Amino acid sequence: MIYADNAATTKMSKTAIEAMLPYMEEFYGNPSSLYEFGQKAKEALESARARVAACLGAEPREITFTSGGSEADNQAIITMAHAGAKKGKKHIISTAFEHHAVLHTLEKLKKEGFEVTLLDVHSNGLITAQQVADAIREDTALVTIMFANNEIGTIQPIAEIGAVCREKKVPFHTDAVQAAGHLHIDVKAMNIDMLSLSAHKFHGPKGVGVLYAKKGILLESLINGGGQERGKRAGTENIPGIMGLAAALEEACGNIDHHAETLTPLRDKLIAGLKKIPYSELNGDASQRLPSNVNFCFEGIEGESLLLLLDDKGICASSGSACTSGSLDPSHVLLSIGRPHEVAHGSLRLSLGDDMTEETIDEIIAAVTDVVTYLRGISPFWRDLVTGKRQHVFAE
Amino acid sequence: MALYSDKVMDHFRNPRNVGVIEDANGVGEVGNPKCGDIMKIYLKIQDDTIADVKFETFGCGSAIASSSMATELIKGQPLSEALKLTNQAVTEALDGLPAHKIHCSVLAEEAIKKAVKDYYDRSGIAYDPADFPVFEDCDHCGE
Repeated sequence: MIYADNAATTKMSKTAIEAMLPYMEEFYGNPSSLYEFGQKAKEALESARARVAACLGAEPREITFTSGGSEADNQAIITMAHAGAKKGKKHIISTAFEHHAVLHTLEKLKKEGFEVTLLDVHSNGLITAQQVADAIREDTALVTIMFANNEIGTIQPIAEIGAVCREKKVPFHTDAVQAAGHLHIDVKAMNIDMLSLSAHKFHGPKGVGVLYAKKGILLESLINGGGQERGKRAGTENIPGIMGLAAALEEACGNIDHHAETLTPLRDKLIAGLKKIPYSELNGDASQRLPSNVNFCFEGIEGESLLLLLDDKGICASSGSACTSGSLDPSHVLLSIGRPHEVAHGSLRLSLGDDMTEETIDEIIAAVTDVVTYLRGISPFWRDLVTGKRQHVFAE
Repeated sequence: MALYSDKVMDHFRNPRNVGVIEDANGVGEVGNPKCGDIMKIYLKIQDDTIADVKFETFGCGSAIASSSMATELIKGQPLSEALKLTNQAVTEALDGLPAHKIHCSVLAEEAIKKAVKDYYDRSGIAYDPADFPVFEDCDHCGE
């Protein structure tokens, strides 16, 4: 099997698993317990917090552990929205291609009377700091913009956006779920006020994430109960998960340059190979993208059938087609960069892993080429494109 | 649990009656690219019987499987029987489809009816238009 869906989730690293086991088998105490045995867990928790903070250039008390990226996004946005509202600020700036954890939270806030500006994404999958500067108003409570896009892998100019927000004194949150452990992050240097990340995207366990919030920000609790996480996130801490997260993040952050050096040539080889398929195009900028991300649209075919046939060939991938999401519309990310519906249905995301080699890439190119050719052969839409009854969107 | 039944996967992986009939005397196409599915049915009708049928489909796994199964169900059948084919029959023959994929079996039924209507129109055969509801390009996005 070739697992090319590392943007969906990753295999856990041995280091992360080993970091977790003692906290399941041996030190299973509750960190809130007074006795020594519980305090062992508490010490582990605080050491994990310090290690995570160090990876991000943050301070330990700025780190809150959550159940994952979605919870962190929800908490960050709701906190800043409500804090802004108290000062009469009810405007939020984001982008059209955020993760649904952000977009759906913003939808909910709109019902509470907030006004949301979603910045248009350029056809290369990037937004500019100037767009953010132009959109900021007197009543802007928050700017929330993802670090790297989960579908097309484009890396936003986060430091520049951070500088704009700092200058205009507007809080800046970034959903760094795809970036953490893959790109260098320094929250202080980048003027990031809040940041979300999720362990399972960098070879840590599922169900655990982090919300970084700059000191001075008073987080609004989404889960009410005990006083864990300084009263900002009730519920007994997921100590094994947190230990796995910290170990995986440290390992990934120590490996960022090597990861980029290994994967970038493989990514570019895959892009070049898929580009040879006629009437196909890369989605998102070719260089300002995650080293692991390749996302293509192929004219005349539909993504779900492409995925099923790739699965038959032992390749795990994903698509932004409507059929794979269970919704009626194809990926909002692909629509946001201007791909027409009919092309967005024929999309394929391949997200590479560190275990891949040039041979793996050759296999993927051959398999995708075969499947696209086959599906076009039975597609009346493709026939119409070939015979000129419909117009091609892409150049050959 | 897998997304699709074994029957669906079989018809998706090894679709029956794929292709074009060059001298078809009835052709029906439904769906549109914006929605992500198009089905095209080619019929060769002789002596009021479906002598041959072929299809081309742009769409998901269940769209391809539904087209394949629908063509199998009508091949060699009298025209009157072919017209009775319902999307439920296609779905049942495939051992079921996920709820959000039932739409694919509807497309298959509509494509066949549209091809038969085309045959009647071409051949100057009178029919009751009520038997052929207006085929929307797409029943779910309104395009």
